Amino acid sequence: MTVMPAITYNFAYLDEQTKRMIRRAILKAIAIPGYQVPFASREMPMPYGWGTGGVQVTAAILGADDVLKVIDQGSDDTTNAVAIRGFFKATAGVATTTRTQEATVIQTRHRIPETALTAGQVLVYQVPIPEPLRFLEPRETETRKLHGLADYGLMHVKLYEDISRHGHIATTYAYPVAVAGRYVMDPSPIPKFDNPKMDDCPALQLFGAGREQRIYAIPPHTRVVSLDFEDHPFEVQRFDKPCALCGAQDVYLDEVILDDRGGRMFVCSDTDHCESRRADGHVGPLGAPPPGKGKP
Amino acid sequence: MSDISQAQASLARGFNDPARDSQTAFRALMYAMARPGVPRALEARLSPPAPLTPELAALALTVLDYETTVWLDPALAGEAAVVDFLRFHTSARLVTEPEAAQFALIADGSALPAFSRFAQGEPDYPDRSTTLLVAVSSFTDGPFQVEGPGLPAPVGFGATPLPADMTQRLAENRALFPLGIDLVLAAPGAILALPRSVRVREEA
Amino acid sequence: MYVAVKGGERAIRNAHDLLAQTRRGDPEVPEIGIDQIREQLSLAVDRVMAEGSLYDRDLAALALKQARGDAIEAIFLLRALRTTLPRFGATLPVDTGTMRVRRRVSATFKDIPGGQVLGPTFDYTHRLLDPSLATEAEPRKPAPAPKKSAQAKAAQARAAVQEPSAPPPRVVDLLGDEGLIEPSPPDTGAEPPDLTRAPLAFPAERETRLQNLARGDEGFLLALGYSTQRGYARTHPFVGEIRMGAVQVELFAEELGFAVPLGEITLTECQMVNQFQGSAEVPPQFTRGYGLVFGQSERKAMSMALVDRALRWQELGEEKTAPAQDAEFVLSHSDNVQATGFVEHLKLPHYVDFQAELDLVRRLRAEHAARGDSEPQDEPTEAAEATP
Repeated sequence: MTVMPAITYNFAYLDEQTKRMIRRAILKAIAIPGYQVPFASREMPMPYGWGTGGVQVTAAILGADDVLKVIDQGSDDTTNAVAIRGFFKATAGVATTTRTQEATVIQTRHRIPETALTAGQVLVYQVPIPEPLRFLEPRETETRKLHGLADYGLMHVKLYEDISRHGHIATTYAYPVAVAGRYVMDPSPIPKFDNPKMDDCPALQLFGAGREQRIYAIPPHTRVVSLDFEDHPFEVQRFDKPCALCGAQDVYLDEVILDDRGGRMFVCSDTDHCESRRADGHVGPLGAPPPGKGKP
Repeated sequence: MSDISQAQASLARGFNDPARDSQTAFRALMYAMARPGVPRALEARLSPPAPLTPELAALALTVLDYETTVWLDPALAGEAAVVDFLRFHTSARLVTEPEAAQFALIADGSALPAFSRFAQGEPDYPDRSTTLLVAVSSFTDGPFQVEGPGLPAPVGFGATPLPADMTQRLAENRALFPLGIDLVLAAPGAILALPRSVRVREEA
Repeated sequence: MYVAVKGGERAIRNAHDLLAQTRRGDPEVPEIGIDQIREQLSLAVDRVMAEGSLYDRDLAALALKQARGDAIEAIFLLRALRTTLPRFGATLPVDTGTMRVRRRVSATFKDIPGGQVLGPTFDYTHRLLDPSLATEAEPRKPAPAPKKSAQAKAAQARAAVQEPSAPPPRVVDLLGDEGLIEPSPPDTGAEPPDLTRAPLAFPAERETRLQNLARGDEGFLLALGYSTQRGYARTHPFVGEIRMGAVQVELFAEELGFAVPLGEITLTECQMVNQFQGSAEVPPQFTRGYGLVFGQSERKAMSMALVDRALRWQELGEEKTAPAQDAEFVLSHSDNVQATGFVEHLKLPHYVDFQAELDLVRRLRAEHAARGDSEPQDEPTEAAEATP
């Protein structure tokens, strides 16, 4: 008969030793804004590429009093967001929320919430490829050198090639930014629509790349500039229509295919933002008024 | 009673609840680092041997372990009880050369060694630098003005005791950016950080 | 009116229930026991232990059962547990020279001191499916009957049930006596790196590379090793020796002042002997490629030795021409837990970024049309790149 050892886990899953190692990396990351600090990323009980970096950062900072929100694609109820939220509920017993304002720690994949973040909040990004120069230069030894010399000519050449080919910059997400006037940084694959939200943000922004073993940070109120050219300034995506459900303008929208005859609608990618607006009585062209309220 | 348990009995205690206490101390440290020059409350429920202060001990227990190297200033290194306390609770490797240390614990803020004696990082790896954890007796609103990442507007701060040439030292440290050291000051009940990214000037 | 799809939590729970059911299969068939997996699928268990970097046959068997036999999923399960385990210290280096050998062959000499020991090997079996295994037939008891090969003949005296008692000398050491092969690197006493505690950095020293390869994916190393044989960084390899058997693991106890035996583990070691032309400073001599793996896995140990040797191009003044020599390429992509995670993460929703790309492609097409050419673009734009 095979006897299995009892398996027990620490608060927030990670052992204290691992948390200290991650915390040390976070402190360096804050001290050197935009610089990718190497850290000894651990195997996590979810696959690499599914948010192990973000999960490790969250596990290292999370306390019993925190209120955690987890989003993927801006939504609280996408499967991966649900799985990660469940993981912390189970291992740390922390309170969770879908409301951006109520959260003290927000872990995200691919979006920054529409609701403005506030001082004291921490936004933790899941990062697949932290190196902004990686697709221009695959070698870590080379990219490190380029960062050391602040030599970002390669990146400007790439963006300019876009302009000469397409008439404008053809990078739509993971759009590179310069942080505090020094390091060029990959903001993770958020749409460039979200880039301006990183600039002078009152919340602390932490980035965790588990598979690539890197942590980096943007302290609150730090200058974050999307790379561009004088004759081709940075610009974000614009949507012609408001959200079909809540009528919001100037938010990022998801395209939803309604049928196989070309029918489609655009709705808020940020589900909390959309729900809050609808609860406040805002109704879009295809939305239903909330129960008990008439059409405004 | 065996020698080992006798030694343990005479040793000051570490964190009561390591997971919770170190998380609380770390969050204070993280926010302090993210908001340079602004004191952050830190309730350190520790009674370490002098001249190690409760706050300095809390920081040490939060960041040090057997994977780290630490340098102690003469005031701390000269106290066997301090060395025993740190050895027992952190297992950090004590080093005698400041530039070999990831962290430096300094009990006497007025005798702060020259920053250039510590590891400054390397151009490819600026994170390979020393973080200085320094005990001071109090914080004030001046005479320094600090600005940089983390702050929407310059803030005033001061601490005693600090060396007279503090502004110049910090200016030289900033000139090395992204290399340089990071500094954390610990006073009773609060901590304050000066990462390498800040610019500090003295009010006339 | 449109209603957004909800209920991720319930969907996940249902998927997990379905998985559990599918794992179990037909309930009419008896549940497989951990002990059965451990004893009868022992090479799968070995692979999971090796790439999971955790020597525990029972846990590896449990992982295989939970993973429905998927080796990489089982490796992942073991790694995720391993990372949470407390560390009490590092054992003393194991000495494969004192191995209790169950198998040991050399391709460089016909006979060797200590003899060739075939042991439990697939080599020389006829790969014919054996229907008798479909029933619960007792296997034939091993008898001292030699096989037909020359190697086996040489080993005839030894290839019996009886395993040799005295540890046989390492074959490559015999070459070393004549100075024909480079010496093993000396033990500097320096603490070896630990890739599970410190991030991989480049350039990576040989000890770091070997550690990475030892955890690396068998299939990836096999393909890379194979590529060196086909001319992508040819190293003229000979199997100096492969040995498989049990070695003692010992921990030096500070309090006691001596080493305490913790138990035995099974290892497979491969010493590859490679030709070397020599350089201005060094006369021609043979060089080494090294492979060491938990459990019995010659394929992995040999592949590892080939890749280890290829990665030493710089130290030996060779030219870098092939993928197997490129340390950043090899070490960054050898870990199958990392690789499978990132490849499979493409299943996660990416619609926010896809929306951004849709918008761009529409705009580019509109601009294209406006330029007076209404034909759709043939050439895909960068917008077609995969989202990370």
